[in-house]
Amino acid sequence: MKVKLISNILDANTAMAEQNRQLFKEKGIFVLNLMSAPGAGKTTLLEKTIEELQGKLRLGVIEGDICTTQDAERIAAHGIQVVQINTDGACHLDANMILRSAQTLPLEEIDLLVIENVGNLVCPAEFDLGENLKAMLISVTEGNDKPTKYPLMFRESRAVLVNKLDLQPYTDFSLDILQKDMEQLNPEAKIFYISAKTGEGVADWCQWLVERVSK
Amino acid sequence: MHELGLMQQVIHILRESAQKEGIKRISAIKLVVGKMTAAQPDSLRFAFEVLAKSEDWLNNAVLDILEIDLTAQCKDCDEHYAVDGYRFVCPKCGSSANQIEGGRELYVDFYEGD
Repeated sequence: MKVKLISNILDANTAMAEQNRQLFKEKGIFVLNLMSAPGAGKTTLLEKTIEELQGKLRLGVIEGDICTTQDAERIAAHGIQVVQINTDGACHLDANMILRSAQTLPLEEIDLLVIENVGNLVCPAEFDLGENLKAMLISVTEGNDKPTKYPLMFRESRAVLVNKLDLQPYTDFSLDILQKDMEQLNPEAKIFYISAKTGEGVADWCQWLVERVSK
Repeated sequence: MHELGLMQQVIHILRESAQKEGIKRISAIKLVVGKMTAAQPDSLRFAFEVLAKSEDWLNNAVLDILEIDLTAQCKDCDEHYAVDGYRFVCPKCGSSANQIEGGRELYVDFYEGD
């Protein structure tokens, strides 16, 4: 007997992500899934974003790490509502983790929810969390080969932030090569050139975010 | 990616369906895996071997994995094309505006048993 299924293997996560999407829509929350390799600067960018968006948008943050609460502590120091997920080994966040942690946040008081995913250039791209958009960071110290080596994440992201611009003179990173690679891999992605450390370019990134949240 | 976790999910899908259909032993399984998913067919096969080993209803099943190449449709001229090395460039008009058609699949197509 042959049984035709056409059953998507990630259906369980996708279904839950849609539930999350529904919940966030009801609460009027715009959700950003922020991804990158470990150490690219997600938390620092988030801290600068929080400062820049002060008084413009009410933020909430879900921090994802394998262990420690270091990132959540950094965010909490800015007076932002934050919850830390410790995956204890899982290398990406999934929709179920987001649903459980979102329920501990005061969703009525949040306009923009930023989910800082686990540092990883591979798996987060595959797991829908119920976000409105995915954005990723690549730092100039990671090298120009990252888009072609990790195409899925660069393809899935609506915005790509090239970080640590202040270090570019000390590396061989070419902004032109990145631009060309992105044109062929994901021409619709918006590219930002920033230094989360000095703040360069952060205002433009935040302005773009505000425009998206307001739509 | 997480082939072990993915195969656990496949086995869960099969178990539920087999129970519903009254199937006691599965003899064949067909998976479809796109080339742009982060799932490796060889690792999937290995994971299946490991997980199915002690399951009588499953451990004689032949696992067939169909890999789907990455293809896209040009948004500017509607041309369908095979994507080479993740470079989305239309061979007809040179545009990079595109929609992926094949290459992102990850599903259980069918299984056979009695």
